Amino acid sequence: MSKSKHVTRWLAMGLVAGVAALAAAPASAQSTLDTVKKRGKILCGVSPVAPGFSYADDKGARRGFDVDICRAVSAAVFADPDKVEYVPLNTNVRFQALQSGEVDILSRQNTWSYTRDTSLGLDFGPVVFYDGQGLMVPAKLNVKSAAELSDAAICLLPGTTTLQNLEDYFRPKNIKYESVVFENSDEWRNAFFSGRCDATTTDRSDLASVRAIANDPEQYVILPETISKEPLAPAIRQNDPNWRDILNWSVYTLIAAEEKGITQANVEDHLKSEDPEVQRMLGVSGDFGKMIGLDNKWSFNIIKMVGNYGEVFDRNLGPKTRLGLSRGPNKLWTEGGLLYSPPFR
Amino acid sequence: MTTATDLAEAQLRLPSERRPTEGGGFGRVLKPLFGTPINAVISLACLTLLWLSAKGAYGWLVTRAVTEGGPQACKAGQGACWPFYEAKLRFMLFGVYPYEEHWRVILAMGLFMAAIAVTMIPRFWDRRLLALWGVTVLATGLLISGGLFGLRYVPTTQWSGLPLSFLLTAVGLAFGFPLGVVLALARSSKLPAIRVLAIVFIEVIRGVPLISILFMASVMLPLFMPDGLTIDKLLRAQIAIIIFAAAYIAEAVRGGLQAIPRGQHEAANAMGLHYWQAMRLVVLPQALKIAIPPLVNISIGFFQDTTLVTIIGLLDFLSTIRTAMQDPNWVGIAVMEGYLFAAFVYLVFSYGMGAYSRFLERRLRLGHD
Repeated sequence: MSKSKHVTRWLAMGLVAGVAALAAAPASAQSTLDTVKKRGKILCGVSPVAPGFSYADDKGARRGFDVDICRAVSAAVFADPDKVEYVPLNTNVRFQALQSGEVDILSRQNTWSYTRDTSLGLDFGPVVFYDGQGLMVPAKLNVKSAAELSDAAICLLPGTTTLQNLEDYFRPKNIKYESVVFENSDEWRNAFFSGRCDATTTDRSDLASVRAIANDPEQYVILPETISKEPLAPAIRQNDPNWRDILNWSVYTLIAAEEKGITQANVEDHLKSEDPEVQRMLGVSGDFGKMIGLDNKWSFNIIKMVGNYGEVFDRNLGPKTRLGLSRGPNKLWTEGGLLYSPPFR
Repeated sequence: MTTATDLAEAQLRLPSERRPTEGGGFGRVLKPLFGTPINAVISLACLTLLWLSAKGAYGWLVTRAVTEGGPQACKAGQGACWPFYEAKLRFMLFGVYPYEEHWRVILAMGLFMAAIAVTMIPRFWDRRLLALWGVTVLATGLLISGGLFGLRYVPTTQWSGLPLSFLLTAVGLAFGFPLGVVLALARSSKLPAIRVLAIVFIEVIRGVPLISILFMASVMLPLFMPDGLTIDKLLRAQIAIIIFAAAYIAEAVRGGLQAIPRGQHEAANAMGLHYWQAMRLVVLPQALKIAIPPLVNISIGFFQDTTLVTIIGLLDFLSTIRTAMQDPNWVGIAVMEGYLFAAFVYLVFSYGMGAYSRFLERRLRLGHD
């Protein structure tokens, strides 16, 4: 009797020890920055695959717009953009992965919404990409607006809110449609190209890339309506103001650098800039890095190693890539867009 | 009920089926195919279909294939896109494992295959195999994981592609098999507590889809863990696969156990063997032999089921292929190429397993009957 109890106890202890030995995560009392510095790398949750936002190049290295956000934070913290371990996360596990400490930053096309912000125990950083759900139709259908889509078959992917947005948009207008859901994006694209559906819907950035991929892009028209707001923002765990500052101001550095005309190529020249804000940003004067627990060169490193917002956009999504997105609302506020960085002072 | 006369008749019938038909070897092939008008029509239709698909496949793979250029050339072309394989082959096979370190996974997979090849040869079936596998497991683990002897440490989040699929299958079956045998024995045990436990475990695991177990392991489990404590995601998925495999293997083995006549147990008892000896020396060797076809079925199924781990963000072989197809430069261009490559690789390994199992069945039958 007592012997078997002993055995159980030893087994239990062995299990606990085993689990503890496997644990690779931070003790909860530590700040994220301390944990990250001690670990020597940032754990960054990204999409397993989303053309332009997160994908693997021929050599298996992660590339993309979302990836560059994590690289910017890594450059700020470690003066090296590649001290990042990428954790591919699907939509259904992404927030839990952040909550449970599996990742430090979730940079995977998350839409910032009220319920997510208030009920999931996480905070969103600045919006890095303003998107919205749109509709695309073959040009030969001669449809000019979404209101003409009654009784249309609409192809979509089982995204978290894609179908709901469609419902929210069409139902008040009493427009009937048939939704055709595809699990896989290749199937979804081919169904649309082959005429299985009259229209296809997803975020406008994605629509633009689907159109760019088509054999003859001229055959397809993206309708003018944007039926939902999708501000994409990286997310972090709540209750770590310092880590939040680091993420926020890393993103603001990208935006401010574009505003000031500082690029990867000319950032060294700007060290001699007379502009006091640029001086503070690049750590020439003031102690801005120290205030958030980083080196004073943190901003300089971001621009030097990752570039400014415009460079990040063009490299991953812009007209020179196969996706060929235009900046749209993701222009600087000075050029009529929505991107705006608070001042560095 | 089988009577002696039935058996005798069956034995008399057998040789007559093997009697060669008239017309020699040629007639033997042709007669069943073209013997009657209907057979001839069906055969001709099948031959035409075969010819058409062979022609189509040849045209796509060879004559119309695009052999050089980039994505644009492939988009314009009508055939297979070889530049896609050229650019993406290593990524499709090894995924996001660091490029400069690929030699390590290649070596590890080579070792693993060699160990399997040795294990497959009946002549080497003795205790030395255990030592061989001990060394192989240590060596492959060290090679893939690194962190010792100057090898760079590669975290499990970067293990991907075909090696990951092999790992999940091999470890899943290697641990699932003994666990499954124990469960099968427990389920046919005379002790009610043990039997009920085994039944509950097996039925619960078999009653839910693998996907939901993977979800439990990857989404729910971390929420129950104390703050700041995480278990490696790959390990969680691996454990989920092990317990899932164990439940299915247990049922296959139980099928084998039930086929062993009671007389075998009684004879073993009469020899003075206690329960474990009787099982190890008399019952299990026969039961497992009977269970080979369902066990191989499970193995092939699990090799393909590992593709489900993509749902929790692990990059198995199929998902590295899909990732390669989604590279902005290639997206929408090499869909067929990617999936055909996946189908080809899965077919080769699944067929290999099936062929070996048939060899094993023949060999064991010869050895015992």
